[in-house]
Amino acid sequence: MSGVMKRMGMIFRAKANKALDRAEDPRETLDYSYQKQLELLQKVRRGVADVATSRKRLELQLNQLQGQSTKLEDQGRKALALGREDLAREALSRRAALQQQVTDLETQHTTLQGEEEKLTLAAQRLQTKVDAFRTKKETIKATYTAAQAQTRIGEAFSGISEEMGDVGMAIQRAEDKTAQLQARAGAIDELLASGALEDQSGVARDDIAAELDRISGGTDVELELQRMKAELAGGSPQQAIEGGKGEQQDAPRNTDKFNKQ
Amino acid sequence: MIVRIMGEGQVRLADSHLAELNRLDDELLAEVRGGDEDGFRRTFHALLDKVRELGEALPDDALEPSGLILPAPGATLDEVRALLDDDGLIPSV
Repeated sequence: MSGVMKRMGMIFRAKANKALDRAEDPRETLDYSYQKQLELLQKVRRGVADVATSRKRLELQLNQLQGQSTKLEDQGRKALALGREDLAREALSRRAALQQQVTDLETQHTTLQGEEEKLTLAAQRLQTKVDAFRTKKETIKATYTAAQAQTRIGEAFSGISEEMGDVGMAIQRAEDKTAQLQARAGAIDELLASGALEDQSGVARDDIAAELDRISGGTDVELELQRMKAELAGGSPQQAIEGGKGEQQDAPRNTDKFNKQ
Repeated sequence: MIVRIMGEGQVRLADSHLAELNRLDDELLAEVRGGDEDGFRRTFHALLDKVRELGEALPDDALEPSGLILPAPGATLDEVRALLDDDGLIPSV
């Protein structure tokens, strides 16, 4: 009975040996393998860059969603100030749906960050091993005797080829994950662009804004009147009705947690 | 004995620990074959923890092949099964 660890060890060794057996002259194997290592290093670096790009895109989307969320909250507040509880309720329920998206994206963001970290470390490890291999390769070639070469080349080669197999799979995993996230990000971009984000009510997203505009034709006057009444009554004007038309708050008020570049 | 955890690197383990690891390793293979998802998760992480706890990391410039290889911590039962059934998953070099 052999376990998972043992079997995987055997599979990796078999692969390395197969690659080694293909070579006519072991010295050629060394050079060929070194070329492959450099190619893989390139690939890993590209992989790290791709993951970073995906991560930044997510951060951008998160900021946009947060902005939308803030806007809906403001609309809710304004609707309430105008005595339209139905509109306020609508705005807030849409905001709740948005928050769900935000939570979801934050989880993905964490995943990507972890992926990026792992790949960066893998790239460093591989780089160090590739350098060590190059040194060893030159030593072997300089003191080459066919009798001992096979063994020494075999040792160095198995070590590096196992690392390459491991890193190759890590890259594959990262690429798959990134591709999935890219597809989702594309869908969210479209939603953001069309403004139809998570609209459960089935009506166009900006109907709240339209309705608010419609009823606030006299808003500024209304608000002014309320303010004066409040002052006359000796109370302070409501905070809730600050910020009438023409003072659109587009700037997200949230943290800039996702703004690191 | 050198053990690799895929995606994490290699550690060196004293042979005295092998009996315990082998027991977990065999258990893991049985769970992979039997499709026991919960058991797999449990055993897999117990095995990883043991290797991390008992092993001493090899320097990055080491070029030694591992005697034992463990899948990456995030691997699912299906992925591990695919690794064992079809070595085509492991890129050739």
